Amino acid sequence: MAGSDVITRAAPDTVKILIAGGFGVGKTTMVGSVSEIAPLRTEEPLTAAGLGVDDLDGIEEKRATTVALDFGRISIGSDLVLYLFGTPGQQRFWFMWNDLALGALGAVVLIDVRRPETSFAAIDFFERRNIPFVVGVNGFYGDHPYPPDEIREALALPDHVQVLLCDARERESSRDVLIALIDQLIATAVHTGGPRPTEK
Amino acid sequence: MSGGDTDGRLVRLFALTGGRTRPSRADFTLITTVTAVDPPPTWATRPQPEHQRILRRCAEPVAVAELAALLDLPVSVVVIMLCDLLESGRITARPPHPVSCKPEDLDLLQKVRDGLGRL
Repeated sequence: MAGSDVITRAAPDTVKILIAGGFGVGKTTMVGSVSEIAPLRTEEPLTAAGLGVDDLDGIEEKRATTVALDFGRISIGSDLVLYLFGTPGQQRFWFMWNDLALGALGAVVLIDVRRPETSFAAIDFFERRNIPFVVGVNGFYGDHPYPPDEIREALALPDHVQVLLCDARERESSRDVLIALIDQLIATAVHTGGPRPTEK
Repeated sequence: MSGGDTDGRLVRLFALTGGRTRPSRADFTLITTVTAVDPPPTWATRPQPEHQRILRRCAEPVAVAELAALLDLPVSVVVIMLCDLLESGRITARPPHPVSCKPEDLDLLQKVRDGLGRL
């Protein structure tokens, strides 16, 4: 780095994409299917700051309450690394999402067609903050009972948000969802050329 | 992994951070890359064992989230200790690529797309 008198091995540039959706929708499965490493997990103990917005009534062992964050890595050449973060699924951990979303390229919202309502809040979160996202319909056992258009209509998604049928267990399928997100970002960067509204 | 419980640890988390619950600076995100400075600056004092553990793990550049996972420590605790190391000149920190969705990002986005295409 210019002006630095310390020589260190060159650190790569880093970017991240969030994999969001309801609890048990396949977020960690998707991270794992495309990551070059087995998904890693960090655990954050819930602090007083978190308790303020949480409803932890009835949770006996508060001491043991942690938020788990699963993530994976894809090296893009030697100087750029893409990280994939699975967002904590349970609603009571959403105070973490703002931090996570900051500086993300965009997000994949995974949907389980058997219980799509569990991902509504994730869609809402990204829409409100103008964070670009695509919707991946994770067909369990490869089963896709509804066409993308029907799902788009059911979720009241705007036209520019792509809906893709996928299988989070399959590397190629998960990769294609990520590529669709990047294509959407490229199209936005080319056409609008403007900054997206700042968060908060 | 200890399953998130602290029972397996010899040192409690607040002891690692000297009782601090917040970092002294806001430089570190989950994907900030940290690298140990080698050799360490001559004025640097000898690091404590837990700081030493971090330094060993970042001999090669590593992201904060990975570091926390590898050390089996919460990110918030690792960040507090990274602040100490940064202030004592023992590590360098590289912030993530800023994201704007402007035309300036096109090269980066194309690079990510090409990389994903090779998977």
